[in-house]
Amino acid sequence: MKFQPDIGTPIPRVDAKEKISGAAAYINDIDMPGMLYAKTLRSKMAHGKIIKRHYPTLPEGYAIIDYRHIPGTNIVKAIYEDWQIFPVDEVRYIGEPILLVVGENKDVIIDILEAIEITYEEMEPQFEWIDSVIHYHYEKKHGSRPFADANRIIEHTYETGYQEQAYIEPQGMIGYLDQDKMTLIGSIQCPYYVKNAVLMALGWENERVRVIQAHVGGAFGGKEEYPSLIACQLAMAVIQVNKPVKLIFEREEDIIASTKRHPAQIAMKAAIDSEGHIMALKVHVGIDAGAVIGLSGVVLSRAMIAATGAYTIENLDVTGDVYRTHSVPTGAFRGFGAPQMMFAIEMFMEHIARNLGKEPLAYRMAYVAKQYDLTATSGTFRDPILMQKMIEEAMKRSRYEEKALQYQNLHRYQGIGMSFFLHGCGFTGSGEATTIKAKVRLRREASGVVHILIAAVDMGQGVRTAMRKLVAHMLEVPIDQVIYDLPDTDCVPDSGPTVASRTMMIVGGLVARAAQRLGMEPQIAVEIEETYHQPSEIQWDEARMQGDAYPAYSWGVNVVEVAVDPVTGEVSVVGAWSVYDVGKAIDTLMVRGQADGGLAQGIAYGYLEVMRHHQGKIQQRNLTDYIIPTAADMPPMETYLFDNPYAYGPYGAKGVGELTLVGGAPAIAKAIEMAIKRQITKIPVTPEMIMELMTHGED
Amino acid sequence: MAKIEWMLNGTPISSDIDLSMRLLDYLRDHQHLKGPKEGCGEGECGACAVLIDHQIANSCLVPMANVAGHEVVTIEGFAKTKRYQIIAQAFIDCGAVQCGFCTPGMIIATESLLHHQPQPTISEIKVALSGNLCRCTGYNMIIEAITLAAKRGRGEW
Repeated sequence: MKFQPDIGTPIPRVDAKEKISGAAAYINDIDMPGMLYAKTLRSKMAHGKIIKRHYPTLPEGYAIIDYRHIPGTNIVKAIYEDWQIFPVDEVRYIGEPILLVVGENKDVIIDILEAIEITYEEMEPQFEWIDSVIHYHYEKKHGSRPFADANRIIEHTYETGYQEQAYIEPQGMIGYLDQDKMTLIGSIQCPYYVKNAVLMALGWENERVRVIQAHVGGAFGGKEEYPSLIACQLAMAVIQVNKPVKLIFEREEDIIASTKRHPAQIAMKAAIDSEGHIMALKVHVGIDAGAVIGLSGVVLSRAMIAATGAYTIENLDVTGDVYRTHSVPTGAFRGFGAPQMMFAIEMFMEHIARNLGKEPLAYRMAYVAKQYDLTATSGTFRDPILMQKMIEEAMKRSRYEEKALQYQNLHRYQGIGMSFFLHGCGFTGSGEATTIKAKVRLRREASGVVHILIAAVDMGQGVRTAMRKLVAHMLEVPIDQVIYDLPDTDCVPDSGPTVASRTMMIVGGLVARAAQRLGMEPQIAVEIEETYHQPSEIQWDEARMQGDAYPAYSWGVNVVEVAVDPVTGEVSVVGAWSVYDVGKAIDTLMVRGQADGGLAQGIAYGYLEVMRHHQGKIQQRNLTDYIIPTAADMPPMETYLFDNPYAYGPYGAKGVGELTLVGGAPAIAKAIEMAIKRQITKIPVTPEMIMELMTHGED
Repeated sequence: MAKIEWMLNGTPISSDIDLSMRLLDYLRDHQHLKGPKEGCGEGECGACAVLIDHQIANSCLVPMANVAGHEVVTIEGFAKTKRYQIIAQAFIDCGAVQCGFCTPGMIIATESLLHHQPQPTISEIKVALSGNLCRCTGYNMIIEAITLAAKRGRGEW
C-alpha cells in the first residue's frame, strides 16, 4: 500500500488557476451567436390590481414576454407553490417581475421598458405580521405544563432583521433551444430544482429540458430557489424569439427583488424553579415570508427545531408562524432559520442567568447538551458531543476569562462574547429519505479515468476539489485521474440540491460508498450507482415534529472581542476565535475558508448589515447603502478543529458551511453587551441602537 | 465617436469609439477580455478592477475618454508577468480563492499595492483591499496571501 497522507491535508483548489487568471467562465462571460438580451419590468407598487397594460409597438426583433406566454403552469415549483412566474392581474410586492423585454440592443430594450405603461388600482398592502399561512407546534416531555409550578417566569422577545446574501456575482442565466431541447446555463445552486421548475412551467416531457451550471460567483442560499423563477421566465422568452437569450441582474434589482434572510421575532419564556433551574421553555417564532411563502415553512421548522440551541432543556413548548406580507419574498440563506433562533436562545440563556443574579457562563455551561440527551424534538444525540472540551479550548485560545474579568469591571467599552451552537446536517426531518432520494454515480473508463457524476455545485465552498480528493484518496489514484465537470442534468443523476450542509456528508457519503465498491470491482470500464437510505435508527414524525430531525449535528464555539466607541457607538471587531466539530475535515484549508467566511457573515449579521423596508420599499438598494464587511472590518480569525468522526460521513465528515455562520451574531452581541453594559435583544446592533441603549437601556 | 490612442496590455491601440462608453464594456464586449467582472456597476465591489498606469481603477466607472494616452492592464495582460505567477501561487497556497468572482480584482489590487509598497504592513494591505469586496473568505486568507507574495517576491517590485 502506498503512503497516503491524512485526508485533511490541504491540496490546491482544482479551479483556483482558472479563477485567478479570469479564464473561468461565469454566466455573464458566456456569449452565443445571435444571442439576445432580456430585462425585467418590475412592480413599483406593494399591492395593486393591474387594470390595463399599454405596450408600445415593438421594433422588428423585439418581444415582450408576460403571463400569456406560459404554456404550462404559472407557478414556480418550490415547496409551497404560490410563486407566480408572471402576475396576471395583481402585484404583491415592489420589485415583482411583471414581464420581460427581449431584443438585441440594450438601449432599445430600455426605451421599450420606459414606454410600457401599467395602470394599477392600488390595494391596501399588509406589512403587519397577521396573516399566518403556516403554523407549527411541538412539545417536549411535559410541554409548557411546568409553568404552572414555576417559582418565577422570565421572558424576553428578540428580533432579527433582513440579511442580503450579497454574492459578488449577481443572478444570471442564459437560455437557448438546442434542437427542440430547452437548455439553460446559469449561476445556480440546484440544477435539478431549475430543471423541475422549467418542466412544470413548460409542461414538456422530462428529456426536453436540460440545465447546466456555469461557474458560480457566490450563492449562500440566494441561488437555491430564486434562479428557478428566472429560468421559467427565460424559457418563455426563448420559445417566443427562438434565439439564445441572456438575463443578468443589475445589482439594484438583485438587492430589491431577490430573496433574503427572513426577519424574525422570537418570544422566549422560561419557567424557573426555586433554585434557579430552568423547568421549561415556551418559545414562539414568527418569520416574515414577504409576498411568497416558497421555502418559508422549511425555514420555520429549522428555526423551531433549533429552539434550545446547543443546550438540553427538559420541557418545551415551541410554536411558529410564517406570515405573508406585501414585502420582498424571503428565502434560503446560509443557516436557514437557525441564525435567528441561535441569536435568541444564546441571548436568552445569558439574560436568564443575569436576571437570576447568576454567573452567565457557568449557568449556560450546566445546560450544554451531552451524548444521549434528548434533542428539542425528543430525538437522541447519539454521537459523542465534545462541547465541554471545545469551550475550554476556545477560552484558552482567546484568553476569555482574563479579558472578561477585566472588561466587566472596567468601563472601557471593551467586551468579549462567546456563543455555543450546533447545526443539524442535511435536510430537516425525513427530507433526505422521502423528498430528495439522492443518487450518485461513478463511471470508470477503460483508461482508468474516473468520472464523478453528481449534481452538486461548486459555488466557492470547494466541493469539486473535495470530491475529487475523496475519490482519488479512496482509490489511491492521482487526483487528475478523477474528473468532476460542472454539473449538467443530461449527464449527472439527481444527487439533490447544494444546500443544507448536506453535500459532503450525504452526497460525499454516497460517493465514498460508490468509490469503495469501485475499488473492489475487477472490471475496469464500469459504472457504479448509490442511492440514499436513511440510517434505520433515524425516525421522524413530520406531523408532530418528533424524533431525529437530523442524522447528525456539527458543533461550534465562537468568541468575538470588540471595542465600542463611546462617542459614536461604532463597533470595532478586535479578534475572533472559533472551535468546530465538523466530524472530520476533508481539507483543513477549505474548512478554514468556510470558517472565516461564515463567521464574517455571522458577525456582520449581528452588527453591520442593515436592511429595512418602508411601505414595502427596500431602503438599501446597492452595496454603498447595504454594507457588507470590507477587509478593514474583519479581525484576525483563529479556527481550531476537533475530530469527531461520524459513522455515515466520508472519513467521518459532517456538515460545515452553515455551522460557521450561526454563532457569529450572538457572540458579537454578547461582546457588545459587555462593552456597553446594556441588554441587547435586537440585531443588527447598529451605532444608533448602541447610543440609544447607552442613554435609555436596561443593564 | 472619436479616435483615441492608448495602450492595452502592452500593445499600442487606436480606437474609434464612443467616449462615454465604460472601459469595462469596451474590454468585455469589444476585446472579449472577460477577466474584469461586473459585480455592482457603481465602483463599490472592485470585481472590474484594472490597472491604469500601475494604479488600480474600477473599469465600470472609467469612460473611454479617460484612457486616452494611458496604459491599461487587465488581469489577462498581467497574467503574462512573473509578478502575477508569484501572487497567483500565494493565493493558491493560502486558500485565498473561493467562488473566484472577486479574485481577478483582488490580484489587480495586490499588484497595485506591491508596485507602490513592496513590503506592506497588514494595515496597509487592509487599506489597499478596502475597495474590493469578497463575500466568501472574510479576507484573512487573502491578506495572508498578499503577505506571502510580498515575501516571496522580494526584489520583483
